[in-house]
Amino acid sequence: MAEFVFYLFAGAAVLGAAMCILQRNPVVSAVWLMSMMFSLAALFILLGAQLIGILQVLVYVGAILVLFLFVVMLLNLGRATSDLRGPAGITAAVVIGGLLVIELFALWRYTPGRLAAEVAQAPQMAAQLENAFPGGQLAQQATEANGVVGAIAAPMFQTYLVPFEITSLLLLAALIGAVVLAKRRI
Amino acid sequence: MEPIRFLGPTLALSAILFTLGVAGVLIRRNAIVLFMCIEIMLNAVNLSFIAFAQLYGVSGSIMVFFVMTVAAAEAAVGLAIILSIFRHRQTVDLQNINLLKG
Repeated sequence: MAEFVFYLFAGAAVLGAAMCILQRNPVVSAVWLMSMMFSLAALFILLGAQLIGILQVLVYVGAILVLFLFVVMLLNLGRATSDLRGPAGITAAVVIGGLLVIELFALWRYTPGRLAAEVAQAPQMAAQLENAFPGGQLAQQATEANGVVGAIAAPMFQTYLVPFEITSLLLLAALIGAVVLAKRRI
Repeated sequence: MEPIRFLGPTLALSAILFTLGVAGVLIRRNAIVLFMCIEIMLNAVNLSFIAFAQLYGVSGSIMVFFVMTVAAAEAAVGLAIILSIFRHRQTVDLQNINLLKG
């Protein structure tokens, strides 16, 4: 059952991404991108990151994609002609994409055991997988003890407090930058 | 104890999505669609973070949180830049925006 759900949403994500880059109309592209992001949210939940799945829907679909659609409608690009690049661009895309996918597709054969063997540089570590990655089990215990949100919130406000605070600076800079760039006259 | 699931297939899906994003950046000329392709790439990387978070604990999820923040900031600033370019040039076609081309 889990496998069926995984491959269903994986196929939907690939379809969404492919249609997003092939559709001529930016609005249609954005809607396909939305379907890809919903599929990815489902995959996140399936992979045990429930909070990230919810945030994916809230932040990406709810905020970023609405921003995209808003700008597309503001610029009135709905009836744009085809903007695919010429043969040279498509050849470059096929070559670079093909090389990249060949390079990355070795990942298909990764299992936790193989990863443990490579991380530990010792094949016998693969046999005792239970001890190879204690972090995942500790996280599951934390989730059982503190709930889904608590398991992420505690490290975020303890271990990762400084990066979290720096994030606020980043958002402030983005806010000011967006206002300055988009305003006609300060 | 919940087993670690779909590590290999998830990483392969992440690879496919990232490649589709790169291909989209290479074949499209519309600046807004280019930003959407960048979002596809960021989402692919998020997916591999979540796959590894099953092994390494919640650090992966926290990284995804930061990536989402950066993506939101990047989308806001990037779309503002596109708006101001459109105001000057009346186009978002990257072939016509070649002021910095040597």
